Amino acid sequence: MSKKINIPPELFTYTERVTRANGLEVIVNLPKEKIEKINDICNSFDNNPRELVNVLHETQHAFGYLPAEVQDVIANNLDLSVAHVYGVVTFYSFFTMIPKGEYPISICTGTACYVRGAEKVLEEFKKELDIKVGETTPDGKFSINCLRCVGACGLAPVVLVGEKVYGHVSPDRVKLILDKYKR
Amino acid sequence: MITLTIDKKKVQVEKGTTILKAAHKAGVEIPTLCHFELCDMGIENKPGGCRLCVVEVEGRRNLAPSCITEVDEGMVIETHSTRVLNARTTVLKLIISDHPFDCLVCAKSGQCELQSLATQFGIRSMPYEGEQSKYRKDSSPSIIRDVDKCIMCRRCEMMCNEVQTVGALSAINRGFMSVVAPAFEMNLEVSPCTYCGQCVSVCPTGALTEVDHTNDIIRFLADPSKTVVVQTAPAVRAALGEEFGLEPGTLVTGKMVTALRELGFDYVFDTVFAADLTIMEEGTELLQRVRGHLAGDTNVRLPILTSCCPGWVNFFEHNFPDLLDVPSTSKSPQQMFGAIAKSYFAEKIGVNRNEMIVVSIMPCLAKKYECQRDEFKVDGNPDVDFSISTRELAAFIKKANIDFLNLPDEDFDDPLGESTGAGVIFGNTGGVIEAACRTAYELHTGKKLEKVEFTELRGMKGIRSATVDFNGLDLNIGIAHGLGNARKLLDDVRSGKSNYHAIEVMACPGGCIGGGGQPYHHGNSEILNKRAAAIYTEDERKIIRKSHENPSIIKLYEEFLGEPGSDKAHSLLHTEYFPKSNALTMHLKS
Repeated sequence: MSKKINIPPELFTYTERVTRANGLEVIVNLPKEKIEKINDICNSFDNNPRELVNVLHETQHAFGYLPAEVQDVIANNLDLSVAHVYGVVTFYSFFTMIPKGEYPISICTGTACYVRGAEKVLEEFKKELDIKVGETTPDGKFSINCLRCVGACGLAPVVLVGEKVYGHVSPDRVKLILDKYKR
Repeated sequence: MITLTIDKKKVQVEKGTTILKAAHKAGVEIPTLCHFELCDMGIENKPGGCRLCVVEVEGRRNLAPSCITEVDEGMVIETHSTRVLNARTTVLKLIISDHPFDCLVCAKSGQCELQSLATQFGIRSMPYEGEQSKYRKDSSPSIIRDVDKCIMCRRCEMMCNEVQTVGALSAINRGFMSVVAPAFEMNLEVSPCTYCGQCVSVCPTGALTEVDHTNDIIRFLADPSKTVVVQTAPAVRAALGEEFGLEPGTLVTGKMVTALRELGFDYVFDTVFAADLTIMEEGTELLQRVRGHLAGDTNVRLPILTSCCPGWVNFFEHNFPDLLDVPSTSKSPQQMFGAIAKSYFAEKIGVNRNEMIVVSIMPCLAKKYECQRDEFKVDGNPDVDFSISTRELAAFIKKANIDFLNLPDEDFDDPLGESTGAGVIFGNTGGVIEAACRTAYELHTGKKLEKVEFTELRGMKGIRSATVDFNGLDLNIGIAHGLGNARKLLDDVRSGKSNYHAIEVMACPGGCIGGGGQPYHHGNSEILNKRAAAIYTEDERKIIRKSHENPSIIKLYEEFLGEPGSDKAHSLLHTEYFPKSNALTMHLKS
């Protein structure tokens, strides 16, 4: 299956500036260890292009997100076009190209939390941090994501900050929660 | 075999046939939009996405999309019941609700499949109002992407990935936000796009179109200080007539020459002349490499690959950067013409190259990119200034209100208009290598060819091979058209499994006659076959059918170049290739 050889890290330089459609400029910089990590993940799936989703899963687990340069290396290893890899990354909402914050905030918008006012809680977080869902604050501290049901409906509405669970969250508690992490 | 009833007609088809194809066999046409097929070439797009081809199947609750539903024994199908027509109209209105209403100024107007369906269905009002998708326009040297007009039929994606294996385009995002784009939504220009233009040739709407240079040309035609020279590629004469309602395969060489004169070009020349010149250089290179190989020279790279096709050149630069010494170093006919026009011919008529504008009429979109490449410029002045497609020329003739159909036939100007049958067949897959064989055979054996046609090299199969007997020397020839087929042959070259002496590659299915700049064939492969036949007819009509017998070519070498492969020929007619990365964020260390 492995038609292409893994990228020897020393063959590439990573100094290209990339301007995305949204005008965001990213300076590409992948150290040798990261390329080797991606190569290891791809090898563990035999560099099989059919395992793309699994490879992306593992890679996101390792790096927290899937920047363009990581997708380039994966495409090369699995002998797929970068466009195809990007197509899969953008299709599944689980995959993200934006690094999560130091304290990732997940607001449950499952049915129970929703009817108990999760929407208002979410709006408050967005207002307080001045970012949208899926974004990260410029200081890299917080990011907001929605998820569907954490299995704690008795505590609805539920908010997770990292691994810590907050139950019965009301909009006026949002600022207090954030203050704990701002310090 | 399976028997079924479509619109009360009984039809028998093989198991696995789709309702759409069974209906076609029964003489019932079902409207389609996303579905696309070039049947002779095994090219098919059927994502079953647009739902315009739905039909009513007796006993089935939902309407069935006919392009992806296979027939069953005893099926009873209605293709235009009230329910079907209502569903199709709704589907069409929903598609149009997210499509700009700028048909009047759209480059695809008149050729747009969405527009003709709206006409066919008599859409007179738009009941659905709401958000429309808005994307950034993207312009490259050859192709413009205006994906606000994309209807997600995914034909381009199929062409780019399955047929051409280029991988520049992919469907991205999901739902309302989904669109076909290069990786990271960057511009086509930084993607692995080869500008072959096959995406443009299958796009049903104006989402993908060519960069139009007609207005630049009009500006220079009106400038008395400029000498404007035009060259026309072989495949153009076999297809231009279609734009004026002529039967596909009608040759319009003479009318095209007259039209170009009427448009104001100072000299009307033929790229076929330059094709003959290409054969002199490439054929000599082929013989040199084969003879070197036979003499045991291990530095000789075989097979030799043709390098006339700029889409193909882009493809191997991107995908086979390790094999850049394998293709012939000969420039393409377009660029050979430009180099000779702005040196030999400019000197002859006493014009400075900066005062000369060279225009090419090409069946191709990659030629637009090719003529902008830096290595084809002298002090910033390009050898070929503008390249326009067959479609653009047709539009230009119509714009000038020239009655094309009633034009008399005229001949090309001398000296760069004299050509042979060998140069003409460059327009067909297999033609370049056949032309090379005609010349190389006679140069190698010193004997006259009994029969100039090498029919074993002809045909429409994606990959062909033949052994040509050069008086005891067996030459193994490989031919591929479509870049996916070329990739297969090149993978073998890379792994050392290839036993060919020479390989001809054309990026587009069918060769240049199926180029990205040709009149839209809308999936009718019969049109391509007729164009190919017309090219062979033009060859048969020529008195001289071997490139090395072209008197103007002989004179060009006598007066100017010396002999094929000379230093002067090398500096003017040969080029080099550059490795390119397929990744968007990584660059190979130089």
